[in-house]
Amino acid sequence: MRLHEYILRRIITIIPVLIGVTIIVFVIAYVIPTDPARSWAGPKARPEQVEVIRERYHLNDPVHIQLYHYFKGLLHGDLGISPTTHRPVLEDLKDRFPATFELTIFAFILAVVIGLPLGVVSALKRNKPIDHLSRFISLMGVSTPLFWFAMMLQLIFYYRLGWLPASGRIDVEVERITGFLIVDSIMAGNMPALLSTLWHLVLPATCMAFWSLAYFVRITRSSMLENLEADYATTAKAKGLPERIVNYKHVLRNAIIAPVTILGIQFGWLLMGSVLLETIVSWPGMGRYAADTIVQVDLPAIAGYCLVVALIMVIANLITDILYVFIDPRVRLGEKAK
Amino acid sequence: MKNIPFRSHYMIFRRRLRPRLKELALTFYVIRKSWLAVVGAVIVFFFIFITIFGNYLVLHDPYEVDLRSRLSPPSYKYLFGTDEMGRCVLSRMLAGARYSLEAGIFVLAIAAPVGLILGGIAGLYGGWLDEVIMRFTDIFLAFPYLILAMAISAALGPSLKNCMIALSLVYWPVYARLIRGQALSVREKAFVDAAKAMGVSRFRIMSKHILPNTIAPVIVALTLDMGTIIISTAALSFLGFGAQPPLPEWGCMISEGRLFVFQAWWTPIFPGLAIVLVVLGFNFMGDGIRDALDPKLRRTIEVEKK
Repeated sequence: MRLHEYILRRIITIIPVLIGVTIIVFVIAYVIPTDPARSWAGPKARPEQVEVIRERYHLNDPVHIQLYHYFKGLLHGDLGISPTTHRPVLEDLKDRFPATFELTIFAFILAVVIGLPLGVVSALKRNKPIDHLSRFISLMGVSTPLFWFAMMLQLIFYYRLGWLPASGRIDVEVERITGFLIVDSIMAGNMPALLSTLWHLVLPATCMAFWSLAYFVRITRSSMLENLEADYATTAKAKGLPERIVNYKHVLRNAIIAPVTILGIQFGWLLMGSVLLETIVSWPGMGRYAADTIVQVDLPAIAGYCLVVALIMVIANLITDILYVFIDPRVRLGEKAK
Repeated sequence: MKNIPFRSHYMIFRRRLRPRLKELALTFYVIRKSWLAVVGAVIVFFFIFITIFGNYLVLHDPYEVDLRSRLSPPSYKYLFGTDEMGRCVLSRMLAGARYSLEAGIFVLAIAAPVGLILGGIAGLYGGWLDEVIMRFTDIFLAFPYLILAMAISAALGPSLKNCMIALSLVYWPVYARLIRGQALSVREKAFVDAAKAMGVSRFRIMSKHILPNTIAPVIVALTLDMGTIIISTAALSFLGFGAQPPLPEWGCMISEGRLFVFQAWWTPIFPGLAIVLVVLGFNFMGDGIRDALDPKLRRTIEVEKK
């Protein structure tokens, strides 16, 4: 199968997943015991006003009609209007997406860049102090509640030491063209803005990376250990190849496949973490939007958010699968890696 | 068989049992040998002890409001200080431990059996049933479970009970996946073919040959997931989708202490540390059990022991 053919086929399989996600969100909405229109209208609304809102959002219709209206809008690229922000959900998400994406990708790169080498070293120096240390760090990472860790970093690095900003994305003004502040400040040639952006990213990205790190360390380590004991490694050593060549050219090449498999999933997990983190560091991203709108039982916003997250995850997994082909020549497109 | 005296029955029973007991003893030996697992087990047992006796260990009433001593720092009277209503943080933590454990047990007690049954059916029978169940889990796994749990909990009306229900509703696909994969790989093993060739019944193959071989990763996953669920419950409570104040659930306590983190660091720090410790305990234990349940590794250690 050719690459573009494969990608096309995968994109087609995305559609049922997205439909499924929407249906699940709607079913959840349908079993709500409370009346969403009442909470959207506000505590002081008169019954007529509530009725108007109910009409506008088709809340009087049975669930399949509501679904029909939603899908009809979806085909026109319309995710509905959020009753809490009174703006189109698509606009809301578009505004907030760059902030979350910047943070997530930054944390993701940090986790990969630290996690993979740590896992490799850990495996090569098995049961040495460095191995114990890296395993301890990674276990700490999964055991620490993200939201609490962020608060502790704020307490230490902002309040006590004053080294890092506690919240927000940037302190200086920069013209926002793409919404990605790193890109915007580079495009404007605005050095202070770039530094400020990076400076604000340090704390939240460290938190998220610390959380995600563990999975990379763990899976890289075990995959390295497995491959170090494989027959081909023994053969290579028996042939008299230097240990370094065997470890880095033979074993690493094979061992790296396992951590690559979890790249897509980890990206999704980081998106999930952003819901927790963005509330604490006042990050104007999608995660905070989700947390805020879910409280209001803002159905269009929740459904829109879930759709976007599902879409990002599916794309991340698709990229992961394509990466395989380049890393593992044994994998042929259309077949799952073993 | 009728005329064999009781003693012989007993001997047969013992002979059959002996290898299993030996294996079990070896398993415990491996767990004991890894100090991390021992530390984990100690933490977990300490935690369980507190969940049971926490209400009797408290020094102050965890709900007693005393505004004169609000936000007072750790002292001899209040070891971990007091919160914004003058309630003793330590007492609240002791009383609140049980909510975390309850949530963990509740969620896993629903998610694991549901996953076991559906994953088992999918893995063993295959065909369209497998296809349907797996596509369904795909949809659930297509977005992060915490967000789905938030939505469900918000829809049901935020409370600790609804948060536990929400988490169980989103967690079973993880187990279905795991068990299906296990069942698929075990089904192809030679010993299953051998049993089939010997004419062993389908039910017996399932219960005696396949199930015991799929259970090891499940036990590891259960131990590790206990930690994940405890964190998730705390996270949901922190965001307001789980336990509601004044319930002394740890996530809820952190959420209340968040507003005072700069004035009174002790209010959010100690419940957070408690979560870290407990989850770390479960993770240490899970890692230890993983090593112990790996038959290959167990053999190497047996050889080393001799």
